[in-house]
Amino acid sequence: MTEALEPTQSNLPQRSPVPTESWVSQFGDGGFRGISFLAALLTASIPFWMCLLIFKDAQPAIAKFGLAFVWTQEWNIDQSLFGALPYIYGTLVSSAIALFLALPIGVAVAIVTSEKVLPEGLQTPIAFLVELIAAIPSVIVGLWGRFILIPALEPFQQFLYSHFKWIPIFNTQPFGPSMLMAGVVLAIMIVPTIAAISREVFLAISQDLRNGAFALGATQWESIMFITLPAAASGIFGAASLALGRALGETMAVTMVIGNVNEISTSLLNPGNSIPALLANQFGEASDPLHVGALMYLALLLFLVTLAVNAIAAVLVRALTRNA
Amino acid sequence: MSDLYAPLPPSKKLFNAAMSVTAFALSALALIPLLAMLWAILSKGVPHLTADVFTQLPAPAGMKDVPSGFANAIIGTGVMVAIAAGLSLPLGILTAIYLSEFGKNSTFASGVRMLVTILSAAPSIVVGVFAYGVFVLPLKGFSALAGGFALSVIMLPIVTLATEESLKLVPNAQRLASAALGAGYGRTTLRIVLARAFPGILTSSLLAIARAAGETAPLIFTALFSQNWLEGLLGPSASLSVLIYNYASSPFVDQNNLAWAAAVMLVGIVVFTNLLARWVTRNRQTTR
Amino acid sequence: MLPSSNPPPSNSLAPSSAAPNEGEQPPIPVMHVQDLSCFYGRHKAVEGVYMDIYEKHVTAIIGPSGCGKSTFLKTLNRIGEMESDLRIQGRVELLGKNIYAKGTNLNQLRRQVGMIFQQPNPFAMSIYDNVAYGIRTVSRPSRSVLDDAVESALRSAALWDEVKDNLNQSGLDLSGGQQQRLCIARALAVNPKVLLMDEPCSALDPIATMKIEALLHELKNKVTIVIVTHNMQQASRVSEYTAFFSTDEHRIGQLVEFGATSQIFLEAEQPSTRDYVAGRFG
Repeated sequence: MTEALEPTQSNLPQRSPVPTESWVSQFGDGGFRGISFLAALLTASIPFWMCLLIFKDAQPAIAKFGLAFVWTQEWNIDQSLFGALPYIYGTLVSSAIALFLALPIGVAVAIVTSEKVLPEGLQTPIAFLVELIAAIPSVIVGLWGRFILIPALEPFQQFLYSHFKWIPIFNTQPFGPSMLMAGVVLAIMIVPTIAAISREVFLAISQDLRNGAFALGATQWESIMFITLPAAASGIFGAASLALGRALGETMAVTMVIGNVNEISTSLLNPGNSIPALLANQFGEASDPLHVGALMYLALLLFLVTLAVNAIAAVLVRALTRNA
Repeated sequence: MSDLYAPLPPSKKLFNAAMSVTAFALSALALIPLLAMLWAILSKGVPHLTADVFTQLPAPAGMKDVPSGFANAIIGTGVMVAIAAGLSLPLGILTAIYLSEFGKNSTFASGVRMLVTILSAAPSIVVGVFAYGVFVLPLKGFSALAGGFALSVIMLPIVTLATEESLKLVPNAQRLASAALGAGYGRTTLRIVLARAFPGILTSSLLAIARAAGETAPLIFTALFSQNWLEGLLGPSASLSVLIYNYASSPFVDQNNLAWAAAVMLVGIVVFTNLLARWVTRNRQTTR
Repeated sequence: MLPSSNPPPSNSLAPSSAAPNEGEQPPIPVMHVQDLSCFYGRHKAVEGVYMDIYEKHVTAIIGPSGCGKSTFLKTLNRIGEMESDLRIQGRVELLGKNIYAKGTNLNQLRRQVGMIFQQPNPFAMSIYDNVAYGIRTVSRPSRSVLDDAVESALRSAALWDEVKDNLNQSGLDLSGGQQQRLCIARALAVNPKVLLMDEPCSALDPIATMKIEALLHELKNKVTIVIVTHNMQQASRVSEYTAFFSTDEHRIGQLVEFGATSQIFLEAEQPSTRDYVAGRFG
């Protein structure tokens, strides 16, 4: 019986049939699996580590100010009085302006690059260029904002003041850096996010839906505005949430155009401040543990809010691109 | 049958026209800042991109006719991105290997993916704060190491998630064929799966590096800044991005000019790396 | 209800009546399957198979689609459990040793029982490296020894003459039929006892198919072949033994009949076998 089974070529080691597991090969495979498992464990632990560390270092401030931190306005380093309100206000307002400006633009770009309203050849370059905006480092957008955009929009800000100062949001004399400028710069930076995700949402919508509209005599634009857009609404909302998450945490471009003044004012033409901007400005020089603690507290709040917004966004976007 | 050839009613025509105009106008509005930025950077930065920039330290503020450059910033960015890549690439790729080859759809693997996604959503300033707590506070000083660490935390989720996608694209039949020849997991993963997924992994690594090179917020209070040459990994370090930030708000025009020159270099690095990343993938798509 | 193959079916262990060629030695079983059932999780896919695989012969596995042929094949080298939650009850023996015993070295098992898949899947490396892959997994032979082994494998797969001047060319640059022969060479390079083939020609054109069928006639002198095919004519052309699988009304796969190919196709015992080979269902 063994004779019939002799391999014809004998350069290779002979092995008895089905030997049991050699410990070397068992270890090799097991070792590899083990190392990759440890890597996964380490990676997964970083967010926890981050939260815990920031929370721990924020303790001096949390202990002293508690939740009142959120609505206290005073920020005085010498007197050790810290309140987050101006920065929370600035973060929210600048992000809201950004979203207000970026949403129509982003959706327009998404429509233009996914629906058939343009020659096909133009869609890819436009999509590519808009994506390129996202690749530009934030500090460079800030540089441009400070030296080019603010002077260029100075007449516009003046115009808003002189003609619309009866509206509370425009009722202060602008002198350059302002909440509005921060909103504009943030808008420029989040348009790619809205455009890219909305585009995916549009592409995921079944062609049958559009065909149904065409079959009833709708024109291209009627189908887009009245059929496709409503169907994409929750996905676009998800894109907006994701973009909001980005805007809330954006630091460099904002700090270079917002004026870094710890005030709360209804006027958008006034300078202001935001949490990331404040952190960028003060962390380098903070030495007193309470000061550092207050900054850490702000960082913690920012982290948690950004997390929540992103979580909502992720759920929405996944739900729509799966169902459509 | 005559109305088969009737033109669209004017109201519809107007609507169509108005929508088209609006859509294109808004899209143009999106592209104008990009073009304006590129134009400004090139026109204001290139004239100041001299050879000195690559070899000289920044001159003290206000001094004229002294050779000035930002060689230390170039080195600093290079060193810190290298540290970041050295930390995040192995960790991220191994994690992705675990998720794609071993963990797959298990609860643990899904949990890891979720945590990595959470990490990717963390604002870069918060990552800087984290690195501050890990390095700057205990070591009582700013360091290139802290900066490199902060950048690695930013790179890690990008590398992990994109690498997992590339690994999942490798057809399972390849793994089965390798196993059918008697190769174990380690060999199959390295020689077959990773080799096949390599272009995608390279692309995502390059994109992560481009991102890290441009980051400023995580470096401002971890590596801080320096007007001098880098003195070891435990000392503060200049970087292109922080230089731009600092010198942009300086009252001295010479420093503003350096900021623009640095901006050209930084944008050049980022755009070049991005294009390189895309070229790598496009090149491989021609082989089946 | 189809009668399942009861142990042991007389026609599977009666060498004299089953030996397809007169004057040859009685066939020796290299693998033995004993009461094998296959489960995906809790769902039973195949039930109660008894079968022998005779060495240096070609055994074909035929049957309508969905009857568990591929599932069964993949239990013979334990590849099935790699791609899904497949598990088995029963015994599968290779040269008398149970391959499902605890402590079985799976890597060694798969070198002894190789596999060719439905879609040709050469690795993204040169032809030479593809063939050498399995050899390099366990040893580091000198270059000349490796060259000889690669050439020998490619000759056995009837591919040598077509690629001998281009061994560094990527395996992916070959035509479909050539790629499949490359996969065969790759599998042969590790000297398996058995070569399992899961519908190896279904993705190939008729000419490539013919070449592979001709190859099988020569290969069986070196290695035992088990081939799953949905093409009955192919089974009758290439095999000496045929196993007919089908599903019962509960959609569980079963071995209905096993015997010499000539017998299965001309005078099958089971009515469902006769119906299938006559093309009355499938």
